[in-house]
Amino acid sequence: MELSVLEHGKAGSSSAGGCSSSSCGSTDDQLSHLPDSIRAKVQNHPCYSEEAHHYFARMHVAVAPACNIQCHYCNRKYDCANESRPGVVSEVLTPDQAVKKVKAVAATIPQMTVLGIAGPGDPLANPQRTFETFRQLTEQAPDIKLCVSTNGLALPDCVEELAKHNIDHVTITINCVDPKIGAKIYPWIYWNNKRIRGVKAAEILIRQQQKGLEMLVERGILVKVNSVMIPGVNDEHLKEVSRIVKEKGAFLHNVMPLIAEAEHGTFYGVMGQRSPDPEELQDLQDSCAGDMNMMRHCRQCRADAVGMLGEDRGDEFTLEKIEQMDIDYEAAMVKRAAVQASIMEELDEKAAQKARLANVSVPSLTEGRISRNYRSVQMAVATNGGGLINEHFGHAREFLIYEASPEGVRFIGHRKVDQFCVGNDSCGEKESALSGSIRALKGCEAVLCSKIGFEPWSDLEAAGIHPNGEHAMEPIEEAVMAVYQEMIAAGRLNGEKALFQANA
Amino acid sequence: MALKIVESCVNCWACVDVCPSDAITQGSAHFQIVTSKCTECDGDYAEQQCASICPVEGAILLADGMPANPPGSLTGIPPERLAEAMNEIQAR
Repeated sequence: MELSVLEHGKAGSSSAGGCSSSSCGSTDDQLSHLPDSIRAKVQNHPCYSEEAHHYFARMHVAVAPACNIQCHYCNRKYDCANESRPGVVSEVLTPDQAVKKVKAVAATIPQMTVLGIAGPGDPLANPQRTFETFRQLTEQAPDIKLCVSTNGLALPDCVEELAKHNIDHVTITINCVDPKIGAKIYPWIYWNNKRIRGVKAAEILIRQQQKGLEMLVERGILVKVNSVMIPGVNDEHLKEVSRIVKEKGAFLHNVMPLIAEAEHGTFYGVMGQRSPDPEELQDLQDSCAGDMNMMRHCRQCRADAVGMLGEDRGDEFTLEKIEQMDIDYEAAMVKRAAVQASIMEELDEKAAQKARLANVSVPSLTEGRISRNYRSVQMAVATNGGGLINEHFGHAREFLIYEASPEGVRFIGHRKVDQFCVGNDSCGEKESALSGSIRALKGCEAVLCSKIGFEPWSDLEAAGIHPNGEHAMEPIEEAVMAVYQEMIAAGRLNGEKALFQANA
Repeated sequence: MALKIVESCVNCWACVDVCPSDAITQGSAHFQIVTSKCTECDGDYAEQQCASICPVEGAILLADGMPANPPGSLTGIPPERLAEAMNEIQAR
């Protein structure tokens, strides 16, 4: 497997020439060129700003069980505690229960800024339950941003209502703009009191999605477009989707990998449709980036997720538990405002510091000669938030992947640590957490963490991944750049030899 | 004559919202159709609404006892393939 590097696009995808966009790449680029009004909307929204996701949390309430379409990657038997993917929840809530839960979470996790309704069905196919929840929250918890995610079929009919509830972030899942491709993704829709199938169904869905997108943009509501990358079905097509939604004024495009396992019982899972590898996903995201702001930090969370992206604290807030909590929301709002203000202050300081550092990266090392000959390097980072390298290697449930190159450091995605076997005797495939981690880090040449044990250290080295615990508690991007500079200084990036070694 | 919801129902509420006769109620384990209220949508719609939105094959029976949405008709997964996949998972 070849490493995805900016200068060395994968064979066969000539367009994967890397980041050709002014709007792609690091967090600064994403936010700094935005008008203040939009910046204010996204700077503390973990799903709309990569930087914000290190500091701010979100939650979803599962008040919307009904759906008006079927997608081939979804199975409506959604009640599962152990699966983490969209469409899955443990308990469906009534609007009253949801409001109670939101206030309990907001009081306990003051950095929780955003409440989204995302299912487990389609929020706009459950308009009474969804809008009743929004109505009560606007009244009782006015310091929380409200957000909704939809397949778009009922969107045009709901735009007025959404605007009325001050919702300024809407996500539409758009997997195609070509009905022939749509027919391979959506077996049916429920429309005008009929079940409609095939190309005709996809035509209606696509029309509604595009119309909804235009209507939202007209009203100044920020739109994120989610697309599921399905190899061989819509992967190439998503470049066109990205171009079109950008033209129509979508703010952000989030291309996510298909999740398909036979045990989920979905069409794609059972029929053996494969998911994309991280490299394929990244290439597609990079090609789309020429047209669009790309979101690369999505964790494809459940419709009842609670906490920072990548963590789920849902267990702390079951109906039973929130029943016993006594929440003084007025007091909570005071605390929340203080905590959030101090985070914003920290972010402002960080931005100022970055601006100072911007002029002293790789070029200084080569004494004014900006050598573009050095290839880029991917590194994995273990963090538990705050934008710092502050997680023990062995505790990391996921790693963030950064790419360092002469142009700077950019965030390119995350890898979950797949623990196929966690010691359950009935499991046939014995695989330690360690080999799971090492596999998740394929393509990375270093892993930065706060601490690391002796055993993983030698195994990682044997796999060609340099463990590095020397930058504990340092800001991620600066540490990645420092390690990159060390690699250059050590002569490890001279020529292509190291690249091939890393992938052997 | 009435339709019937059986235990494979996943309680997604979709049918409740579209029933023109208000005939669907929350049962103890799953939604139920009140026989005396169900009109099979006669006079309201050409197609029975609950059966047209239900996402689960086999969860709704027509008045004659046959599934409104037989295996494979909603997911597109051939029933043999589904059985095969389930066997493979069981065997693991």
